Amino acid sequence: MSASALFTGDRASGLTVTLLLGLAVVVPLLNLLLPQESMFALSSYSVSLLGKYLCYALLALALDLLWGYAGLLSLGHGAFFALGGYAMGMYLMRQIGSRGVYGDPELPDFMIFLDWQELPWYWLGFDSFPFAMAMALLIPGILALVFGWLAFRSRVGGVYFSIMTQAMTFALMLAFFRNEMGFGGNNGLTDFKDVLGFDLQSDAVRCGLFVVTALTLLGSYLACRKMLTTRFGSVIIALRDGESRVRFLGYSVASYKLVVFVISAMLAGLAGALYVPQVGIINPGEFAPLNSIEIAIWVAVGGRGTLHGAMLGAVIIAAAETLLTAQLPELWLFALGALFLLVTLFLPRGFAGLLGGRHDD
Amino acid sequence: MLILRALLLCLLCTGAARAETLRDWVNALGEADAAEKRELLAKIAASGNEKTDAVFDAVSRGALYRDRRSNAVVLAERDGSSYQLRDVLSGEDLGTAGRRDVRRVAIDNSLRAELQSLQAIARLSSESVEQRADAIAAVLAAPTDAALKALAAREPLESDAALQDQIAIGLALQALSRGDAQNIMTALKTLRGRVDPTVRAALLALESRQELPQTVRDEASRLLLLAENRLLWLSRLESLFFGLSLGSVLLLSAVGLAITFGVMGVINMAHGELIMLGAYTTWVLQQWLPGQPGVALLLAIPFAFLVSAIVGLIIERGVIRFLYGRPLETLLATFGISLILQQAVRSIFSPLNRSVLTPEWLAGSWEITAGLSLTYNRMAILLFSLLVFAGLLTLMRYTRLGLQVRAVAQNRAMARALGVRSSRVDALTFALGSGVAGVAGVALSQLTNVGPNLGQSYIIDSFLVVVFGGVGNLWGTLVAAFSLGVANKVIEPLAGAVLAKIVLLVFLILFLQRRPQGLFPGTGREDSH
Repeated sequence: MSASALFTGDRASGLTVTLLLGLAVVVPLLNLLLPQESMFALSSYSVSLLGKYLCYALLALALDLLWGYAGLLSLGHGAFFALGGYAMGMYLMRQIGSRGVYGDPELPDFMIFLDWQELPWYWLGFDSFPFAMAMALLIPGILALVFGWLAFRSRVGGVYFSIMTQAMTFALMLAFFRNEMGFGGNNGLTDFKDVLGFDLQSDAVRCGLFVVTALTLLGSYLACRKMLTTRFGSVIIALRDGESRVRFLGYSVASYKLVVFVISAMLAGLAGALYVPQVGIINPGEFAPLNSIEIAIWVAVGGRGTLHGAMLGAVIIAAAETLLTAQLPELWLFALGALFLLVTLFLPRGFAGLLGGRHDD
Repeated sequence: MLILRALLLCLLCTGAARAETLRDWVNALGEADAAEKRELLAKIAASGNEKTDAVFDAVSRGALYRDRRSNAVVLAERDGSSYQLRDVLSGEDLGTAGRRDVRRVAIDNSLRAELQSLQAIARLSSESVEQRADAIAAVLAAPTDAALKALAAREPLESDAALQDQIAIGLALQALSRGDAQNIMTALKTLRGRVDPTVRAALLALESRQELPQTVRDEASRLLLLAENRLLWLSRLESLFFGLSLGSVLLLSAVGLAITFGVMGVINMAHGELIMLGAYTTWVLQQWLPGQPGVALLLAIPFAFLVSAIVGLIIERGVIRFLYGRPLETLLATFGISLILQQAVRSIFSPLNRSVLTPEWLAGSWEITAGLSLTYNRMAILLFSLLVFAGLLTLMRYTRLGLQVRAVAQNRAMARALGVRSSRVDALTFALGSGVAGVAGVALSQLTNVGPNLGQSYIIDSFLVVVFGGVGNLWGTLVAAFSLGVANKVIEPLAGAVLAKIVLLVFLILFLQRRPQGLFPGTGREDSH
């Protein structure tokens, strides 16, 4: 089943690769080379916006890998995304140095505001970029490992898994809203100045971040595709379609699920880490259960079980949200709600199914 | 009969005698010197006649005059060059008098200082409870020997239990600071088991008074320990009550879900919004019946049930029925419905919170003792949640619908074969669960703000309660709701409100991963499709 899908998906995948590569080249050119007045010129704001959409696409890819292929709907992927974002945000916070409002070389502004005397231990090391990046992957990964180990070992699946991941992100949201946690409380982390010594406000850096995002997305997409063609991938898909059979064939179902869950969580963390420097803020609102459910609808609209579909769904809905919330804010929730209904009732395979691509269901 | 008549006569006599003496004392004020005036005023204050207040009022205003023509003491107001005279006690008009006909009853400064305390003594026997309470407070704030004596005399006569209590404590506290060892020991007996902060402060002061005998001080420390202990228990009782109250809120919000999710196996993410609709129904009814919040609240119970049940019926017929057996799709679709309902309410009623009024009979609280009071609205909601639960349980156990619901839940094919119209049962069950959510909204409108986001704050908790209790088991939901509520309030003082919630969520997640069937696994419909 999986093999046929991948063969028929080849055209779509070729298109996806070309599109992403093209974006990575064209977007910076349109922004940097064309004069502002030109009708083809992209503003820096648009570049960051596009970069944001690609981060969402990566997040949707991560969830699709888990839901579309392994059949596990996580309603807590927003939490992994936010944790990756916080790791990046902490690095960016440390880069501010003495340029903050209070000018303290060691402590971020919000800690001075709370009258803290020294950096908490869990902030140590985040002035190093490689360490922060490692954490952006490892923290979501470890959380998924522990959570997944507990869940899959006792065969928690289906709706229960969804509800519990939702409770997980809800608990994390409450925790990160607390000032005592040391992550900026309500306001989160913001006022970033530069990354790796480059000014975050400059056009070139914004374009650079966009290119990095596009290439990361491309790499992740290809890696996921590759992974799904291996024997591991076949077992994952088999798990989705007939868990008991796979178990009786002697596979350790829990371990396979665990590996996919951890990989998916780390991809989500990566998306979060790329997202934060482009939007310039990370706050506990990212943990809100609504955000996590929205990811599921991106995937459902795009077509779960097709990687390019999930990515497309994320970009389309995020773009629609940007347009609608600016023009007709009243309508956005109606539209999103209707989308949830229409897709589940009439388009079980999403847009990808509508466009005629075969689906390995 | 004769005895009765004699008694009546006697009563009349004393009444007349008292009125006469009061008038005599007032008239005597006109000729008295300073010392005599003090004595007279004290007698007037102690007389217990409700008219005395007028006398003291006049004295302190300086409006008391002696009419030289009749030698009576009267109330006089200056009116141009003459005086307008009135009777002090009855207020009856006595005509006018020239400037030379009257002479002010003067009060010297030292007496003036005592006036307030004397007036307070007089007011101890006032008709109005508030005035008596004020008078007791005034006497205790500036205690003189005469005032305390009057207070002690008043204690057995006081009809209001709370005030009598207050007098007893006040007198005992006075005895602690003024009396000798014997008095103190008696007073300590009165104060036994009291937890008011003033009593504890007085006991603490007593403990360190070296001049008192050791036994007295030991007794004080013993009482202090007793009070601390009692206070601890009271606070435990209070957090137990708050826990039960939170549990009742959880039960109300989850019990409808226990039907739709627990029995039918439908993941209804719009459950919170059905609660919200119930709360808004209450608000709308209160707008229709202005000035009658209580009636509106009672009417809201059936109305909210209907509104939410109808919306639930539409959801089931329009969406959920096509998605049976596909729980994840149901989850997403109903989540879409919840977004639409939220935005609809936001568009119709504005995004701002609406305040639902609390009727008078639910306002206030029941003061059990000092340090423990329970608010009426929380008690009412606790009771209401149990009633709703009992009603639902009865419905499921003893009615035809309940029987059919259970039959379909246990074995759909067999139920159908026996003539149960399973699709109709599905619709009615879902409407029932939704209606109960609406009823929960009526109750919750008394505790929280009613706004478009009301439902969101309950949905995760509700699901966890149902899952924790064991899907398909109403009793499990009851136990889960109350144990989570109490656990939350027990952890709260140790860790703070937010952390308590996080701790519980983490506990629940871990618990469910160890025991996915919940506390009391029931028979759901998981594999009947």
